[in-house]
Amino acid sequence: MFRKFTREDVHSRSKVKSSIQRTLKAKLVKQYPKLEDVINELIPKKGQIELIKCEDKIQLYTVDGEVLFFQKFDELIPSLKLVHKFPGAYPTVQVDRGAIKFVLSGANIMCPGLTSAGADLPPAPGYEKGTIVVINAENKENALAIGELMMSTEEIKSINKGHSIELIHHLGDPLWNFSIE
Amino acid sequence: MLKNVIYCGVCSYPPEYCEFSGKLKRCKVWLSENHADLFAKLYGAEDNAQEEVEVVTNKLAESSIGEAREEKLEKDLLRIQKKQENREERELAKKLSSKVIIKREARTKKKFIVAISGLEIFDIDMKKLAKTFASKFATGCSVSKNVEKKEEVVIQGDVMDEVEAYIHSLLEEKGLKDVKVETIDAKKKKKPAAEGATKQATK
Repeated sequence: MFRKFTREDVHSRSKVKSSIQRTLKAKLVKQYPKLEDVINELIPKKGQIELIKCEDKIQLYTVDGEVLFFQKFDELIPSLKLVHKFPGAYPTVQVDRGAIKFVLSGANIMCPGLTSAGADLPPAPGYEKGTIVVINAENKENALAIGELMMSTEEIKSINKGHSIELIHHLGDPLWNFSIE
Repeated sequence: MLKNVIYCGVCSYPPEYCEFSGKLKRCKVWLSENHADLFAKLYGAEDNAQEEVEVVTNKLAESSIGEAREEKLEKDLLRIQKKQENREERELAKKLSSKVIIKREARTKKKFIVAISGLEIFDIDMKKLAKTFASKFATGCSVSKNVEKKEEVVIQGDVMDEVEAYIHSLLEEKGLKDVKVETIDAKKKKKPAAEGATKQATK
Protein backbone atom coordinates (compact mmCIF):
# COMPACT_ATOMS: atom_id res chain seq x y z
CA MET A 1 0.00 0.00 0.00
CA PHE A 2 2.84 2.35 0.76
CA ARG A 3 5.30 1.09 -1.77
CA LYS A 4 5.34 4.42 -3.51
CA PHE A 5 4.41 7.16 -1.20
CA THR A 6 5.91 10.59 -1.06
CA ARG A 7 5.03 13.91 0.34
CA GLU A 8 3.47 14.80 -2.99
CA ASP A 9 0.76 12.22 -2.37
CA VAL A 10 -0.53 14.29 0.52
CA HIS A 11 -3.63 16.13 -0.54
CA SER A 12 -4.74 17.93 2.56
CA ARG A 13 -4.02 18.31 6.21
CA SER A 14 -6.56 19.25 8.78
CA LYS A 15 -7.03 19.24 12.49
CA VAL A 16 -9.65 16.84 13.78
CA LYS A 17 -12.45 18.25 15.90
CA SER A 18 -12.43 17.08 19.49
CA SER A 19 -15.83 15.46 19.15
CA ILE A 20 -14.69 13.45 16.17
CA GLN A 21 -11.49 12.75 18.03
CA ARG A 22 -13.58 11.12 20.74
CA THR A 23 -15.42 8.88 18.32
CA LEU A 24 -12.15 7.95 16.67
CA LYS A 25 -10.69 6.92 19.98
CA ALA A 26 -13.78 4.92 20.77
CA LYS A 27 -13.54 3.19 17.43
CA LEU A 28 -9.92 2.35 17.97
CA VAL A 29 -10.68 0.86 21.36
CA LYS A 30 -13.57 -1.09 19.90
CA GLN A 31 -11.28 -2.62 17.32
CA TYR A 32 -8.43 -3.32 19.71
CA PRO A 33 -9.99 -3.60 23.20
CA LYS A 34 -6.65 -3.96 24.93
CA LEU A 35 -5.78 -0.43 23.94
CA GLU A 36 -8.34 0.90 26.36
CA ASP A 37 -5.90 1.28 29.25
CA VAL A 38 -3.43 3.33 27.32
CA ILE A 39 -5.59 5.22 24.87
CA ASN A 40 -5.44 8.38 26.91
CA GLU A 41 -1.69 8.11 27.08
CA LEU A 42 -1.45 7.61 23.36
CA ILE A 43 -3.82 10.38 22.50
CA PRO A 44 -4.09 12.78 25.41
CA LYS A 45 -7.48 14.37 25.95
CA LYS A 46 -6.05 17.75 25.11
CA GLY A 47 -4.01 16.30 22.29
CA GLN A 48 -4.60 17.21 18.71
CA ILE A 49 -5.09 14.55 16.10
CA GLU A 50 -4.31 15.64 12.60
CA LEU A 51 -5.91 14.04 9.61
CA ILE A 52 -3.82 13.77 6.47
CA LYS A 53 -5.68 12.80 3.37
CA CYS A 54 -3.58 11.20 0.69
CA GLU A 55 -3.71 9.68 -2.74
CA ASP A 56 -5.89 6.59 -3.18
CA LYS A 57 -8.18 7.65 -0.33
CA ILE A 58 -5.62 6.75 2.28
CA GLN A 59 -6.05 8.69 5.49
CA LEU A 60 -3.32 9.07 8.05
CA TYR A 61 -3.92 10.15 11.59
CA THR A 62 -1.03 11.78 13.36
CA VAL A 63 -0.45 12.96 16.90
CA ASP A 64 2.47 15.31 17.46
CA GLY A 65 3.73 14.71 13.93
CA GLU A 66 3.87 10.96 14.33
CA VAL A 67 1.61 8.72 12.31
CA LEU A 68 -0.23 6.57 14.82
CA PHE A 69 -2.79 4.89 12.64
CA PHE A 70 -4.27 5.07 9.20
CA GLN A 71 -7.24 3.85 7.29
CA LYS A 72 -8.04 3.05 3.74
CA PHE A 73 -11.56 1.79 4.05
CA ASP A 74 -13.46 1.56 7.26
CA GLU A 75 -10.95 -0.24 9.39
CA LEU A 76 -8.29 1.60 11.34
CA ILE A 77 -4.83 0.11 10.96
CA PRO A 78 -2.17 0.86 13.55
CA SER A 79 1.22 2.03 12.32
CA LEU A 80 4.37 0.23 13.40
CA LYS A 81 5.33 3.09 15.67
CA LEU A 82 2.10 2.51 17.58
CA VAL A 83 2.60 -1.25 17.60
CA HIS A 84 6.08 -0.82 19.04
CA LYS A 85 4.77 1.43 21.75
CA PHE A 86 2.14 -0.98 22.90
CA PRO A 87 2.61 -4.47 21.51
CA GLY A 88 0.30 -7.29 22.37
CA ALA A 89 -2.98 -5.56 21.67
CA TYR A 90 -3.32 -6.83 18.14
CA PRO A 91 -3.66 -10.19 16.42
CA THR A 92 -0.10 -11.34 15.89
CA VAL A 93 1.71 -13.94 13.83
CA GLN A 94 5.37 -14.77 13.71
CA VAL A 95 7.61 -15.53 10.76
CA ASP A 96 10.91 -17.38 10.73
CA ARG A 97 14.30 -15.78 10.39
CA GLY A 98 14.68 -16.60 6.73
CA ALA A 99 11.68 -14.49 5.84
CA ILE A 100 12.78 -11.26 7.49
CA LYS A 101 14.94 -10.13 4.63
CA PHE A 102 12.11 -10.45 2.13
CA VAL A 103 9.52 -8.89 4.37
CA LEU A 104 11.72 -5.86 4.91
CA SER A 105 11.87 -5.36 1.18
CA GLY A 106 8.10 -5.42 1.01
CA ALA A 107 7.26 -8.94 -0.15
CA ASN A 108 3.99 -10.64 0.69
CA ILE A 109 4.35 -13.41 3.21
CA MET A 110 4.18 -16.97 1.97
CA CYS A 111 2.62 -19.79 3.93
CA PRO A 112 5.80 -21.78 4.66
CA GLY A 113 7.28 -18.74 6.37
CA LEU A 114 4.47 -18.94 8.88
CA THR A 115 4.38 -22.69 9.45
CA SER A 116 8.07 -23.59 9.79
CA ALA A 117 9.75 -24.31 13.11
CA GLY A 118 10.74 -20.76 13.95
CA ALA A 119 7.38 -19.32 13.05
CA ASP A 120 4.26 -19.17 15.09
CA LEU A 121 0.57 -19.13 14.32
CA PRO A 122 -2.20 -18.83 16.87
CA PRO A 123 -3.94 -22.09 17.80
CA ALA A 124 -7.37 -22.86 16.37
CA PRO A 125 -9.73 -21.18 15.69
CA GLY A 126 -7.17 -18.54 14.80
CA TYR A 127 -8.00 -15.48 12.75
CA GLU A 128 -10.41 -14.99 9.90
CA LYS A 129 -9.45 -14.07 6.39
CA GLY A 130 -9.09 -10.32 6.04
CA THR A 131 -7.88 -9.71 9.59
CA ILE A 132 -5.20 -7.09 9.99
CA VAL A 133 -2.28 -8.83 11.69
CA VAL A 134 0.97 -7.65 13.18
CA ILE A 135 3.96 -9.63 11.98
CA ASN A 136 6.70 -10.50 14.39
CA ALA A 137 9.93 -12.36 13.71
CA GLU A 138 11.55 -15.16 15.63
CA ASN A 139 13.97 -14.08 18.36
CA LYS A 140 12.97 -10.48 17.81
CA GLU A 141 11.16 -8.33 20.25
CA ASN A 142 9.57 -5.77 18.00
CA ALA A 143 7.19 -6.19 15.11
CA LEU A 144 8.51 -5.71 11.62
CA ALA A 145 5.42 -5.46 9.48
CA ILE A 146 1.66 -5.23 9.29
CA GLY A 147 -0.43 -7.11 6.80
CA GLU A 148 -3.81 -8.45 5.93
CA LEU A 149 -4.53 -12.15 5.95
CA MET A 150 -5.35 -13.45 2.50
CA MET A 151 -6.64 -16.70 3.99
CA SER A 152 -7.59 -17.71 7.50
CA THR A 153 -4.85 -19.02 9.76
CA GLU A 154 -6.40 -22.49 9.72
CA GLU A 155 -6.24 -22.49 5.94
CA ILE A 156 -2.61 -21.43 6.08
CA LYS A 157 -1.85 -24.45 8.21
CA SER A 158 -3.67 -26.88 5.94
CA ILE A 159 -2.79 -25.49 2.50
CA ASN A 160 0.72 -24.29 3.30
CA LYS A 161 1.43 -22.94 -0.13
CA GLY A 162 1.44 -19.57 -1.84
CA HIS A 163 0.71 -16.08 -0.56
CA SER A 164 -0.83 -15.88 2.86
CA ILE A 165 -0.46 -12.29 4.04
CA GLU A 166 -0.67 -9.20 1.91
CA LEU A 167 1.82 -6.73 3.28
CA ILE A 168 0.53 -3.27 4.10
CA HIS A 169 3.25 -1.58 6.04
CA HIS A 170 6.77 -2.67 6.98
CA LEU A 171 9.92 -1.28 8.57
CA GLY A 172 11.71 1.05 6.23
CA ASP A 173 8.88 1.71 3.82
CA PRO A 174 7.94 5.26 2.86
CA LEU A 175 5.30 5.48 5.57
CA TRP A 176 7.85 4.44 8.16
CA ASN A 177 10.12 7.24 7.01
CA PHE A 178 7.26 9.65 6.56
CA SER A 179 7.40 12.71 8.69
CA ILE A 180 5.47 15.89 8.63
CA GLU A 181 7.03 18.94 10.09
CA MET B 1 2.45 1.61 30.33
CA LEU B 2 3.72 2.61 26.96
CA LYS B 3 6.93 1.08 25.75
CA ASN B 4 9.61 3.35 24.49
CA VAL B 5 11.39 1.63 21.66
CA ILE B 6 14.83 2.84 20.70
CA TYR B 7 15.36 3.32 17.00
CA CYS B 8 18.73 3.15 15.33
CA GLY B 9 19.99 6.58 14.38
CA VAL B 10 21.49 5.29 11.17
CA CYS B 11 18.90 3.04 9.60
CA SER B 12 15.86 4.01 11.73
CA TYR B 13 14.97 0.37 12.47
CA PRO B 14 14.81 -1.01 15.98
CA PRO B 15 18.44 -2.07 16.63
CA GLU B 16 17.67 -5.77 16.45
CA TYR B 17 16.84 -5.37 12.78
CA CYS B 18 20.00 -3.43 11.93
CA GLU B 19 21.60 -6.54 10.48
CA PHE B 20 19.01 -6.46 7.71
CA SER B 21 19.42 -2.82 6.79
CA GLY B 22 22.69 -3.16 4.89
CA LYS B 23 24.30 -0.47 6.98
CA LEU B 24 25.29 -2.74 9.82
CA LYS B 25 28.77 -1.33 10.28
CA ARG B 26 27.63 2.20 10.84
CA CYS B 27 24.67 1.00 12.89
CA LYS B 28 27.03 -0.83 15.23
CA VAL B 29 29.14 2.26 15.70
CA TRP B 30 26.09 4.34 16.42
CA LEU B 31 24.68 1.81 18.87
CA SER B 32 27.91 1.37 20.79
CA GLU B 33 28.20 5.11 21.15
CA ASN B 34 24.63 5.79 22.15
CA HIS B 35 23.30 2.66 23.82
CA ALA B 36 26.22 0.58 25.01
CA ASP B 37 24.04 -1.78 27.03
CA LEU B 38 21.93 -2.67 24.03
CA PHE B 39 25.03 -3.11 21.95
CA ALA B 40 26.44 -5.62 24.41
CA LYS B 41 23.19 -7.49 24.44
CA LEU B 42 22.94 -7.72 20.69
CA TYR B 43 26.49 -8.11 19.52
CA GLY B 44 28.37 -9.22 22.60
CA ALA B 45 31.20 -7.28 24.20
CA GLU B 46 33.44 -5.25 21.98
CA ASP B 47 36.90 -6.39 20.88
CA ASN B 48 36.36 -9.88 22.01
CA ALA B 49 36.69 -12.36 19.20
CA GLN B 50 36.00 -15.37 21.35
CA GLU B 51 32.73 -14.02 22.53
CA GLU B 52 31.79 -12.98 19.06
CA VAL B 53 32.21 -16.53 17.87
CA GLU B 54 30.05 -17.64 20.74
CA VAL B 55 27.37 -15.19 19.81
CA VAL B 56 27.42 -16.46 16.27
CA THR B 57 27.17 -20.08 17.33
CA ASN B 58 24.39 -19.19 19.71
CA LYS B 59 22.60 -17.52 16.90
CA LEU B 60 22.99 -20.61 14.80
CA ALA B 61 21.70 -22.79 17.57
CA GLU B 62 18.74 -20.52 18.19
CA SER B 63 17.82 -20.26 14.59
CA SER B 64 15.36 -22.78 13.38
CA ILE B 65 15.92 -22.54 9.68
CA GLY B 66 18.87 -24.86 9.56
CA GLU B 67 22.54 -24.20 9.22
CA ALA B 68 22.66 -24.23 5.45
CA ARG B 69 19.90 -21.70 5.08
CA GLU B 70 21.32 -19.58 7.85
CA GLU B 71 24.65 -19.49 6.08
CA LYS B 72 23.01 -18.49 2.85
CA LEU B 73 21.13 -15.77 4.66
CA GLU B 74 24.32 -14.44 6.18
CA LYS B 75 25.94 -14.41 2.78
CA ASP B 76 23.03 -12.57 1.26
CA LEU B 77 23.08 -10.03 4.03
CA LEU B 78 26.77 -9.45 3.52
CA ARG B 79 26.17 -8.92 -0.16
CA ILE B 80 23.43 -6.42 0.50
CA GLN B 81 25.68 -4.66 2.95
CA LYS B 82 28.48 -4.40 0.46
CA LYS B 83 26.16 -3.10 -2.21
CA GLN B 84 24.79 -0.50 0.13
CA GLU B 85 28.27 0.59 1.17
CA ASN B 86 29.37 0.96 -2.40
CA ARG B 87 26.32 2.98 -3.20
CA GLU B 88 26.86 5.26 -0.25
CA GLU B 89 30.45 5.78 -1.22
CA ARG B 90 29.47 6.69 -4.74
CA GLU B 91 26.85 9.08 -3.50
CA LEU B 92 29.27 10.75 -1.16
CA ALA B 93 31.84 11.14 -3.91
CA LYS B 94 29.19 12.64 -6.11
CA LYS B 95 28.19 15.02 -3.38
CA LEU B 96 31.74 16.09 -2.75
CA SER B 97 32.52 16.62 -6.39
CA SER B 98 29.45 18.72 -7.06
CA LYS B 99 29.19 22.34 -6.14
CA VAL B 100 26.63 24.88 -5.15
CA ILE B 101 26.36 27.97 -7.26
CA ILE B 102 25.09 31.22 -5.86
CA LYS B 103 24.53 33.80 -8.50
CA ARG B 104 23.65 37.42 -8.25
CA GLU B 105 21.89 39.00 -11.15
CA ALA B 106 20.78 42.52 -11.73
CA ARG B 107 17.12 43.13 -12.45
CA THR B 108 17.04 46.85 -12.81
CA LYS B 109 19.63 49.35 -11.79
CA LYS B 110 19.39 48.98 -8.08
CA LYS B 111 17.58 45.70 -7.71
CA PHE B 112 19.05 42.24 -7.66
CA ILE B 113 18.00 38.65 -7.46
CA VAL B 114 20.06 35.86 -6.01
CA ALA B 115 19.71 32.42 -7.53
CA ILE B 116 21.02 29.28 -5.82
CA SER B 117 21.41 26.12 -7.84
CA GLY B 118 23.03 22.74 -7.34
CA LEU B 119 21.32 22.03 -4.04
CA GLU B 120 19.15 19.15 -5.14
CA ILE B 121 21.88 16.54 -4.63
CA PHE B 122 22.15 17.27 -0.93
CA ASP B 123 18.63 16.20 0.03
CA ILE B 124 17.63 19.72 0.82
CA ASP B 125 13.98 20.52 0.51
CA MET B 126 13.99 23.42 -1.90
CA LYS B 127 10.52 24.62 -1.08
CA LYS B 128 11.25 24.66 2.60
CA LEU B 129 14.51 26.47 2.04
CA ALA B 130 12.73 29.08 -0.05
CA LYS B 131 10.25 29.56 2.75
CA THR B 132 12.98 30.03 5.34
CA PHE B 133 14.77 32.51 3.15
CA ALA B 134 11.59 34.42 2.56
CA SER B 135 10.97 34.84 6.26
CA LYS B 136 14.64 35.31 7.13
CA PHE B 137 15.24 38.15 4.71
CA ALA B 138 11.66 39.38 4.52
CA THR B 139 11.68 39.11 0.76
CA GLY B 140 10.00 37.14 -1.95
CA CYS B 141 11.57 33.78 -2.52
CA SER B 142 10.54 30.94 -4.74
CA VAL B 143 11.64 27.76 -6.43
CA SER B 144 11.84 27.84 -10.20
CA LYS B 145 13.40 25.98 -13.06
CA ASN B 146 16.49 27.51 -14.64
CA VAL B 147 17.83 27.26 -18.16
CA GLU B 148 19.21 23.77 -17.68
CA LYS B 149 15.82 22.56 -16.44
CA LYS B 150 17.13 22.24 -12.92
CA GLU B 151 15.51 23.62 -9.86
CA GLU B 152 16.91 26.69 -8.22
CA VAL B 153 15.92 28.94 -5.37
CA VAL B 154 15.41 32.53 -6.42
CA ILE B 155 15.52 35.26 -3.81
CA GLN B 156 14.47 38.83 -4.47
CA GLY B 157 16.98 41.28 -3.09
CA ASP B 158 20.68 41.70 -2.66
CA VAL B 159 21.41 39.15 0.05
CA MET B 160 24.25 37.18 -1.46
CA ASP B 161 26.64 37.26 1.49
CA GLU B 162 24.01 36.24 3.98
CA VAL B 163 22.88 33.44 1.73
CA GLU B 164 26.42 32.20 1.33
CA ALA B 165 26.95 32.11 5.07
CA TYR B 166 23.66 30.31 5.55
CA ILE B 167 24.43 27.69 2.91
CA HIS B 168 27.81 27.08 4.46
CA SER B 169 26.29 26.47 7.86
CA LEU B 170 23.62 24.27 6.31
CA LEU B 171 26.21 22.10 4.60
CA GLU B 172 28.30 21.90 7.72
CA GLU B 173 25.30 20.64 9.61
CA LYS B 174 25.05 17.80 7.12
CA GLY B 175 28.71 16.98 7.54
CA LEU B 176 29.63 18.12 4.07
CA LYS B 177 32.03 20.87 4.92
CA ASP B 178 34.25 20.34 1.91
CA VAL B 179 31.61 21.03 -0.69
CA LYS B 180 32.50 23.93 -2.87
CA VAL B 181 30.24 26.92 -2.89
CA GLU B 182 30.83 29.16 -5.83
CA THR B 183 29.56 32.68 -5.99
CA ILE B 184 29.06 34.47 -9.25
CA ASP B 185 28.41 38.14 -9.36
CA ALA B 186 26.93 38.90 -12.71
CA LYS B 187 27.25 42.61 -12.20
CA LYS B 188 30.89 42.65 -11.18
CA LYS B 189 32.23 44.26 -14.31
CA LYS B 190 29.84 47.12 -14.13
CA LYS B 191 30.54 47.85 -10.51
CA PRO B 192 33.73 49.93 -10.90
CA ALA B 193 32.00 51.92 -13.56
CA ALA B 194 29.11 52.54 -11.22
CA GLU B 195 31.50 53.67 -8.51
CA GLY B 196 33.18 55.98 -10.99
CA ALA B 197 29.82 57.41 -11.81
CA THR B 198 29.08 58.14 -8.19
CA LYS B 199 32.48 59.71 -7.78
CA GLN B 200 31.80 61.96 -10.68
CA ALA B 201 28.50 62.83 -9.21
CA THR B 202 30.12 63.81 -5.91
CA LYS B 203 32.57 66.01 -7.73
